[in-house]
Amino acid sequence: MSLEGAIAAHRFGLGARAGEIAAANRAPREWLMGQLDGPTDQPQSLTDQPLQSGSDLVAAMVEYQKQRKALRQAGSVDKDQIKALNKARVQIYINEMAARFAHGFTTDKPFAEHLVWFWSNHFTVSSANGRAAPFVGAFEREAIRPHIYGTFEEMAQAVVHHPAMLLYLDNAESIGPNSPAGVRSRKGLNENLGRELMELYTLGVDGGYTQADVIALAKLLTGWSLDRDGRGDNGFRFYPFRHEPGEFVLRGKSYPSGYAGGVAAVSDLARDPATARHIARKLAIHFIADDPPATSVARLEKTFNDTGGNLKALTQTLVDDPAAWSAAPGKMRTPVQYVTATFRLMNLPRPSEQPDNWQKQVRGAMGATRIMGEFPLAAPAPKGWPDVSEAWSGPDAVLDRIEWARQIGSRLPSGFDAAAVAEMGLGPLVQPTTKNAMAQAATPGEAVALLLSSPEFQRR
Amino acid sequence: MTTRRSILKTMAAAGALSVWDAPIHYAFASVPTDRRLVVVVLRGALDGLAAVPPYGDPDYADVRGVLALSKDGANGLHDLDGFFGLHPALTNMKAMYDAKELTTFHNICSPYRDRSHFDGQNVLETGGTSPHILQDGWLNRALKPMRMADGVKAVAVAQSPPLVLDGPAKATSWMPSVLPEPDEEFLARVKALYANDAVLSVSLDSALALQAEAQAAMDDPSSKSMMRGGQNANLVPLFGGAGKLLALADGPRVAVLQATGWDTHFDEGAGDGQLARRLQALDGALDALKTSLGPAWSKTAVVMATEFGRTVHVNGSNGTDHGTGGAAFLLGGAVAGGRINAEWVGLKPSALRDGRDQPARTDLRAMFKGVLAEHMGVSKAALESVVFPDSASAKPLIGLVT
Repeated sequence: MSLEGAIAAHRFGLGARAGEIAAANRAPREWLMGQLDGPTDQPQSLTDQPLQSGSDLVAAMVEYQKQRKALRQAGSVDKDQIKALNKARVQIYINEMAARFAHGFTTDKPFAEHLVWFWSNHFTVSSANGRAAPFVGAFEREAIRPHIYGTFEEMAQAVVHHPAMLLYLDNAESIGPNSPAGVRSRKGLNENLGRELMELYTLGVDGGYTQADVIALAKLLTGWSLDRDGRGDNGFRFYPFRHEPGEFVLRGKSYPSGYAGGVAAVSDLARDPATARHIARKLAIHFIADDPPATSVARLEKTFNDTGGNLKALTQTLVDDPAAWSAAPGKMRTPVQYVTATFRLMNLPRPSEQPDNWQKQVRGAMGATRIMGEFPLAAPAPKGWPDVSEAWSGPDAVLDRIEWARQIGSRLPSGFDAAAVAEMGLGPLVQPTTKNAMAQAATPGEAVALLLSSPEFQRR
Repeated sequence: MTTRRSILKTMAAAGALSVWDAPIHYAFASVPTDRRLVVVVLRGALDGLAAVPPYGDPDYADVRGVLALSKDGANGLHDLDGFFGLHPALTNMKAMYDAKELTTFHNICSPYRDRSHFDGQNVLETGGTSPHILQDGWLNRALKPMRMADGVKAVAVAQSPPLVLDGPAKATSWMPSVLPEPDEEFLARVKALYANDAVLSVSLDSALALQAEAQAAMDDPSSKSMMRGGQNANLVPLFGGAGKLLALADGPRVAVLQATGWDTHFDEGAGDGQLARRLQALDGALDALKTSLGPAWSKTAVVMATEFGRTVHVNGSNGTDHGTGGAAFLLGGAVAGGRINAEWVGLKPSALRDGRDQPARTDLRAMFKGVLAEHMGVSKAALESVVFPDSASAKPLIGLVT
């Protein structure tokens, strides 16, 4: 087995399943890029409750608000009924995440899936915001997945139009102070999306914008909200009577009031050279190193600028970069990556498990990542989960993983062939010290726990 | 390691906590001070005008609109000095103020003057003058002058130390354990595996050194069953756990805690609502910290700060946007409290920064420096050259602690 095959599966993919390194071996770069052909796979619900679209979820939210209001107006507030309503909303999020985890464990396009995770952490929406929580799964399926090999601009537009983002960064409630709705209600602007769209999602904090630009962009986006009566487009609707009139200067360029002005502003931001630099750096940090070589960033930046932000071309540049194939130990896995790689390595949950057990094991994995301090689409702030090794290698973080690894090992049958798992799953990545330690372990379960704790498996 | 951990565990199981001192002494350097320092980072920009409402200001009620608090009604604010108050949810903090154990600060901010959370937190935690010019945290740089850089004396209640405690000086991190602990043999084997890995070996050693202590201190079973990570995670076990560690005879002396959820752009609420619930959780957690510290509370100073304040006026969705000056807190039995430290200039448009934000009249670093100097004995030379470089303009506030 070649080192490059193993790197393809572990660094670019989500950790090797049985046979994956062998499949990647022949032509690792082609194996990776081949995963971007055809439509992206979508996660499937593990329960009989199907995963819902953004527009269905907006309709459900409107219904939920109506019911809650009715319950409150009924005089005696029935707390249990309101609790049940809230629980149903949380359940939507849990079902979404269970489907996402299960997809990560089993997908045969792990590089495509890894890119989905990268982009949805870049365009962070989070269940930390209770109103947005039911929407974040749909957000990833609708605004991120279909665009990982389209253009950055297409993805950015889909993101800013999605109910999850409009709720998460409060734009759904942002009203032009001089719009008819603003004059009547004396309500006004909310700067949150305007600021984070430039600071985090496009230009970057040093990308060249001022407080006046934040306000101009926020005004251009007033009236971008949720389609509460099913007349809009996948949960999105532009409300002219909430939109700030006038003309706005954003970073020196003038935009007219109206929906088209906002769309043009988002597109211009998505294609800006500062955005190219920002995205190039983030991609290099994720796949190459915490402190990536300047040449790698420059190459990605050039591709972004040359192709108008074509993400497939950008991915190809990344895969073609020799620095990304360095044999030196890679980055620390984040908890979600670590648990996913473990489940892939161990072929968990076993395909032969009954659906109930299957689900239970997926839930177990979800609980483990939460204990370790990370959960998908649940970052504490719009900056997303940290993407440097240091954030995931503190004392408590390291001990948590060792404890969990031991727990996974302790459940294995006595006849388990740990050495074969190491050989199939990590191949040339396994260090002699790890092999020796595994050989001396008292049980196969302990040997597997050592493999899962080993420095090479903690990293990717 | 094996021997020591086994001894401690056996003793803990037997309930023989009082003889802990014996085995611990050979493992840890002698304690340089019995003073405790806790730093609480409030991430997301706490609304200072909500936490410490200047209700006596003639413009307050008008500029705060739906967010204005008053002394009257079911959710009346706690009066402090007839001009400033505390948010109604901060009941325990009000009691601390009355006991002269709490000082509040207003119109205070780090040197950061833009409005990005993440750059703002970077400046707050590095102690620099602008984002990303310093790579480590000010508290980390203060560990050596405090003689607490042994990897046990300073603990972050987090999976990995946050930036304020991160850097070359050794510190550890701790969270209430919810996973079963592996046996000694296994941990010894993993340690051997990490022998040549600088990052993992240091982290594991540090975690194990503290965990031995933590285990016995965390005798409260309720702290084991909590979920962690999300912003709704209960703060009480985290603050209470930190208090127990700090109370240990030879445990940590410096702790870092974090609380999130202050970014109230939407439906902030006044006397009740979103922010009130968050403040109540924080207030309860501070009480848990005090309780679990026991007698050590009298030797403790807790510094609590946020990256910047929020807009004075209410935004379009009954919340507030990112601002500049705001509130900060110093509390604990060692604090010369019952005071308000604020260079107040009013809330008229002309007094506000850019016509929208509370101004920054006091540099947070001046407060940090005062506490480090008087409470933890950090020398002036170390403060000015190492801990807070380029901070000559922020003269240490004196007399903050007893």
